[in-house]
Amino acid sequence: MSMQISERQRVGSLRGIVGQGRGPSGGGAAPGHEPVPMGTGLLGVAALLAAVAMLFLAFTSAYLARRQEAGWLEFTPPWMLWVNTGVLLASSGTLDWARRRIRLGDAAGLRRGIEATAALGLLFVLGQVAAWRQLAADGLLLTTNPHSSFFYVLTAVHGAHLLGGIGALGVVLLRVWQGRYTAQEHAGVTNCATYWHSMDVLWLYLFVLLFWV
Amino acid sequence: MDAVAVHQPDMGRDAHPRESFIRHYIFSLDHKTIGKQYFLTTMFMALVGGAMAMLMRAHLGWPDSGVLNPQQYLQAVTMHGTIMIFFFLTVMLTGGLGNLLIPLMIGARDMAFPFLNMVSYWTFVPGVITILASFFVPGGPAGNGWTAYAPLSAVSAAEGGAGLGQTLWLIALLFVVVSSLFGSLNFLTTILNMRTRGMSMGRLPLTIWGAFVTAVLALLTFPVLMAGLGLLLLDRVAGTSFFEPSNLIIGGTAIAHQGGDALLWQHLFWFFGHPEVYILILTPMGVVSDIISAFSRKPIFGYKAMVLSISAIGFLSFLVWGHHMFVSGMHPLLGAAFMGSTIVIAIPSAIKTFNWCTTLWQGRIHFTSAMLFAIGFVSVFVTGGLSGIFLAIAPVDIYLHDTYFIIAHFHFVMASASLFAILAATYYWFPKFFGRMMNETLGKIHFALTFLGIYGTFYPMHFIGLHSNDRRLYETSAYPFLSHTGPVDVFVSLSAFLLGFAQLFFIFNFFWSLKYGPVAEHNPWHANGLEWTTTTPPPHGNWEGELPTVHRWPYDYSVPGVEHDYIPQTVRAVPVAAGAGGGEA
Repeated sequence: MSMQISERQRVGSLRGIVGQGRGPSGGGAAPGHEPVPMGTGLLGVAALLAAVAMLFLAFTSAYLARRQEAGWLEFTPPWMLWVNTGVLLASSGTLDWARRRIRLGDAAGLRRGIEATAALGLLFVLGQVAAWRQLAADGLLLTTNPHSSFFYVLTAVHGAHLLGGIGALGVVLLRVWQGRYTAQEHAGVTNCATYWHSMDVLWLYLFVLLFWV
Repeated sequence: MDAVAVHQPDMGRDAHPRESFIRHYIFSLDHKTIGKQYFLTTMFMALVGGAMAMLMRAHLGWPDSGVLNPQQYLQAVTMHGTIMIFFFLTVMLTGGLGNLLIPLMIGARDMAFPFLNMVSYWTFVPGVITILASFFVPGGPAGNGWTAYAPLSAVSAAEGGAGLGQTLWLIALLFVVVSSLFGSLNFLTTILNMRTRGMSMGRLPLTIWGAFVTAVLALLTFPVLMAGLGLLLLDRVAGTSFFEPSNLIIGGTAIAHQGGDALLWQHLFWFFGHPEVYILILTPMGVVSDIISAFSRKPIFGYKAMVLSISAIGFLSFLVWGHHMFVSGMHPLLGAAFMGSTIVIAIPSAIKTFNWCTTLWQGRIHFTSAMLFAIGFVSVFVTGGLSGIFLAIAPVDIYLHDTYFIIAHFHFVMASASLFAILAATYYWFPKFFGRMMNETLGKIHFALTFLGIYGTFYPMHFIGLHSNDRRLYETSAYPFLSHTGPVDVFVSLSAFLLGFAQLFFIFNFFWSLKYGPVAEHNPWHANGLEWTTTTPPPHGNWEGELPTVHRWPYDYSVPGVEHDYIPQTVRAVPVAAGAGGGEA
């Protein structure tokens, strides 16, 4: 394995990010109250979320442009989607609960919370597949009409990114089992939570875009 | 993600166990090895793209020779553009130069996410394999231009090169996009968070500023391309109608589609496509600034203006994409808006050009191969930039769109300029990474022939373009007004062959010098960047012992009153009495 510079994870400021450079000790916070840069992991997640946001912005503009054409038909959301939305919101809840547990030093609580989140996340993905099958049974396939095309594409791409999030949860879980998180040092959990909550918000956005605006 | 609980002190280079050959060379996590992997792969792809160009010019110079039939010609055109832009320039500049230089120039041991870095390269490789495989499938490679406009690219029933080859093209590009996104994420995080002590953003070399804004652009625009590629792929293989209009009839057969919008593809593609060309020029601009400064023995003129210009170009690049679509039937008011933004974006580029010239002015110039290519960059960039001013004006572009004038423009301002910067960077940093010097005589021959070849190949294209010679044209015999441009085509083709031949000097020089070049000292150019303060080649972990601390910017050349004509960034700032001898710490 190559060198890893580790540093304490703290919420930082923009001034901190573009500040004087942190040096090999990695921490950077001098006794003289120098601003601390944003943790490397969190910065990476933020960059990733920016890219994902642009992807869905592109899909959104394609969707809105296409919607203006003649002959646009929309279908109403299958009830399964409401269930899935609830499941995903619940998974964000369990993940936040897990994060709060580790802040108090409760590694066992962290483990249970992560496991619950991963399970709910998988349940969401399976539920989405079930919703697809429900729609297909009603005759709404990928190529049926533009609205259905976008529905399948947007839910599939969101689902793929959520599966990536479940993968990240798996990595976090491995590290929980190795006992690597403490009340002070759990940057990986926070970063994963940031990504997961963003996927949650993204789903709500897509749900609204596809059916309510 | 960083989740290590223990606050580890920096351990220097000896902290890791010996690795197997596979771990060390194939799946290396060291940015220098990954950078070299990218460098060699993209150099190979440049040769493939160049071969396509040679085929094209063989046909265009001698249309009756039968070297390519119409379908093959369009496929050569498509693959030339695709491979050169995506598989050579973009990835060489980001994955190659970015990986090699960023940690060393900012004083870091490696990238922020070394594992992701390795994944990034090994995601690129399947893209390379896929695009090369597309040459050998039934129907051959894609033939719809590197811009792959719908509906032609969306329909398998279209002309040859629209079958499996086009589908593989889409898949190959998806690999490149994902690889590039991983890379940009890494570079951005590394530059922001991994700078050594004292390395503020205002002390970064311009190479890094270029790489930084490039990473931001790539991160924000490649996803838009990805969306377009994905939707186009679905149109091709799944029967959706994102881009295909209704009532399409090809070869007497009605294509069953439901009213998509071909213009949507253009918007998605060019929203990415325009920032892409700035992705291809910003890092080269930074590299050229550093090289010109070092070999003029003068600080870069107007460092702050250079940084602001790079940032302004990056920002403005999001607002100009419509200038690729002036003939698409857009509302004239929208065209005027894009015309305005396009004219404005010329300004920061002009500022940078002025600053390169003023840096050279009254400098003590060392005409090394690297410097020749850096100055050559300014020349071709100005030539290409000037034709860009013409093309920014919508009514002029409506006349010149899809002619050889456009080809001349982008081959000067993008292809040659980026290529020159890559070559300059290679000559400049080769000693640092490989521990040997490249041969200067061969370098100068390479430069002279390449410079002549570039101008000979692309300058006449301005004129035949003004004369309405369209691009992507298999033969001009259908147009009486082009009946006498044959000799120009021959001249251009011969120049192109010279250009191709000239690269052999470089290839030979590169590989011969790896083994037989004179051993390099650790700072053969007496340059100021942090990368020159470590041993040659740099060890794993980049510096033996502690990381350097930075006290100044990287442009202290020929400082009055100081003994040496350069002061590395690690030298403490000591007040120097004007006119007094010495004073350097």
